Amino acid sequence: MVRRRRDGAAAGPAGATVTRVHGVTSLRVNGTVHEVPTLPDRTLLRILRSELGLTGTKYGCGEGECGACTVLVRGAAALACRLTLGEVAGAEITTIEGLRGASGLTAVQRAFAEIGAYQCGYCTPGMVLRATAFLRERPEPTRAEIAGALNGNLCRCCGYGRILDAVERAAVRARENGEPL
Amino acid sequence: MSELPRPRRPWDRTPAGEREYFDLLGGGLVALQPPRDRAPPGPGGWQPPHGGAWLHIGIDGRVRAFSGKVEVGQGTRTALALVVAEELRVPVGRVELVMGDTDLCPWDIGTFGSRSMPDAAPALASAAARALGELRAIAAARLECDPSEVDADEGEVWLAGRSPAISYGELVAGERRLVSADGQTAPGRPTGWSRAGRATIDPLAEEYVTGERRFGSDLSRPGMLHGAILWPPTHGARIRSLGDLPPPEGEARVVREGEFVGAVAGSAGAARALLRQLPVEWTASQLPGEAEIEGYLRSHPSTGDEWDREEDAAGDVDAAFAAAPVRLEATYRSAYVAHVPLEPHCALAEWTGDRATIWVGTQTPFRVRSEAARALGVPETDVRVIVPPTGSGFGGKHGGAVAIAAARLARAAGRPVRVAFDREEEFRHGYFRPMSLVDVRAAVDRSGRLVAWEFFNVNGGSASLLGPYRVPNRRVRNVLADSPLPQGSYRALAANPNTFARESAVDELARASGLDPLAFRERNLDDPRLLRVLYRAAERAGWATRTQCPGRGWGLAAGYEKGGRIATIAEVSVDGDRRLRVERLVSAFEAGAIVHPDNLRSQVEGAHGMALGGALFEAVHFTSAGVKNARLSEYRVPRFLDLPRIEVDLVDDREFPSAGAGESPMIAVAPAIANAIFDATGVRCRSLPLVPEGRVPSAGP
Repeated sequence: MVRRRRDGAAAGPAGATVTRVHGVTSLRVNGTVHEVPTLPDRTLLRILRSELGLTGTKYGCGEGECGACTVLVRGAAALACRLTLGEVAGAEITTIEGLRGASGLTAVQRAFAEIGAYQCGYCTPGMVLRATAFLRERPEPTRAEIAGALNGNLCRCCGYGRILDAVERAAVRARENGEPL
Repeated sequence: MSELPRPRRPWDRTPAGEREYFDLLGGGLVALQPPRDRAPPGPGGWQPPHGGAWLHIGIDGRVRAFSGKVEVGQGTRTALALVVAEELRVPVGRVELVMGDTDLCPWDIGTFGSRSMPDAAPALASAAARALGELRAIAAARLECDPSEVDADEGEVWLAGRSPAISYGELVAGERRLVSADGQTAPGRPTGWSRAGRATIDPLAEEYVTGERRFGSDLSRPGMLHGAILWPPTHGARIRSLGDLPPPEGEARVVREGEFVGAVAGSAGAARALLRQLPVEWTASQLPGEAEIEGYLRSHPSTGDEWDREEDAAGDVDAAFAAAPVRLEATYRSAYVAHVPLEPHCALAEWTGDRATIWVGTQTPFRVRSEAARALGVPETDVRVIVPPTGSGFGGKHGGAVAIAAARLARAAGRPVRVAFDREEEFRHGYFRPMSLVDVRAAVDRSGRLVAWEFFNVNGGSASLLGPYRVPNRRVRNVLADSPLPQGSYRALAANPNTFARESAVDELARASGLDPLAFRERNLDDPRLLRVLYRAAERAGWATRTQCPGRGWGLAAGYEKGGRIATIAEVSVDGDRRLRVERLVSAFEAGAIVHPDNLRSQVEGAHGMALGGALFEAVHFTSAGVKNARLSEYRVPRFLDLPRIEVDLVDDREFPSAGAGESPMIAVAPAIANAIFDATGVRCRSLPLVPEGRVPSAGP
């Protein structure tokens, strides 16, 4: 019996690592199909960071409280520490590494960079992705609506005001100049 | 991991002339500022020693400036680059800071105490000024003129009034020249700054927003294994028996070295699983729970606390207190709080022969080097500590536990090993801001002047203990205690509880004297810089024209700390259900000349947000069995919707050198809110957090 631990490791009852791989599963990340070992209970966060080397997605708490591991699954913001391979196999996943389009930075990324809407920067990838998903759904939000939408993402440096400034600026740019989100 | 090659020995342990500056960095010019021994306390307070600074100008005109300070999110990397760019007259994008690499950077005591600007900035500025002097001299020799006739800007020199210009890179081509600051070439004064003090785009901004910035926990090495540490169930428990260790199985093994027990395996989960199997027995520890903590701290004074003791006495407090018409006796409490850096502690260690390299997100790389060398039984010169981009610290990343564990396990396994805390370990096995008690006994005479002031802090620490008020009869001291929970540094460590107690008490005394809290402070303060931020905050907030509305209150608090002066005004509302809402925080802040205005604003606003958590709801809960709320779902930190409107007025005073600003802007938030709660409800809250459940109690404790 393989059970999922909070740190995402698979451990058997005797404590030793259990590697019961029944083939490989296809995972679509940033437009590329990756073959990963079929461990249905392994978290998406662990697969992204350890197996695919996509370290832009961060570990912060392992229980869905901080939003540092936010990614897009079928375009919607989701927490990679709370999702298992079994739940996302076949879905299109976008991480921060995949957000950069052919035209360079997105409107959200550009606004974060210009305003300096980061301090240590550890929360930034998750914030950028959460804001991106939100603005795609709701292009003309109020400041309070942005705060509500981002409330699940922690910035321990508490740069919340600057982040709201950046998301507001990105919304205007996307709307008025057609900058990609 | 694009760090520079390793020198034969750490440069801070090598005479300047023997450092391989030019072999490693290429030809050019190196200018250095020699180390400073411990200086006597100045107007800014404590003046620790520092290891100086050095910088290299290459033949491509690039500038590499070396500082032992680290960047953990406070923005000094860009601020220090601006200081160097200013003195050297080059575009800021041409300056790269090399920070926190113990093989290449000047020795440093650690990035804490708001010392980066007061220590590292002048040292770098001095080295840069010396470098510019040398560039002028080289140019003068080439142009056959006097150095005073050479103009310099944008990384070029020219003979005044003539062209063509010569770039710095061309000037130093073919050179391997080392010069040392001699006191002859002093840095420019802030009043003449043209680069520092202006809006600046962070040259690294793109890294942050694209996920390309590689934090310590994002690093890996070929063949890397994962380690875990066996932790005692409670603080201070020791191993009583462990039995035989299981034999290594492939790459997985348990390692014991003295008191240290850890495991290494192919994944962190597998390493932890190995440790869970160990039949370990621990010594029992008798620790108090939350209900007994206050008495415990009072009856367990710590012995080794001389480094953090302050004492001041004058006049006759008891007589003045007895004779005064307005008196206050109260105790103010601050709970244990956690730093909760978003990136938990992480270290990666690799051995090459007998020498170790440890990548670790720490605020004290040189201290970690010493601790690691001692623990590993190797010379300090064989340990290189490199601080990669780090996901914040707030005073919580001073120790070397993960670094040492990674190095021990890597040596035992013969492979690189990474040790990373999970969030629960971060709560349980780091350390906390101490719980503290402050006993205040104070009195005011008929003219509204403070006449007696007794202030005794148990376990909080000494910063901001003395306070800015003029009182003829005073007795002020602090004592640390043997804490049942691990405790240590924190952002504005003791200045938080001391300012909370002092500014709450002053508010109580002002109101009991029938005086406006601002007028009362005016009457008892001498510091013109503190009065200035008080007036500016009051003006911005509309203090003088505020109106009394039911369920609405205003509170004021102020203080200075680490050279920064802050005044904060809180406006709160309390609804019929006694639910508190902080409507806005308005502050004025001054810390001398502003180097990087955008970053300063981020620091000051962020400090307000962080302070709000400790003011309103953050608290570590515990029993005799240890911490109860060691998860983010159980320990609440401020989120977007918790933040009020924050308005900050930054005072740029170029007559004063730049002080650090990471800590001081925090300290007035909690007392301003407590004072506003009293204004709104008549209830005096004397314990932090003020409203753990969100509601104002119907009567104060």
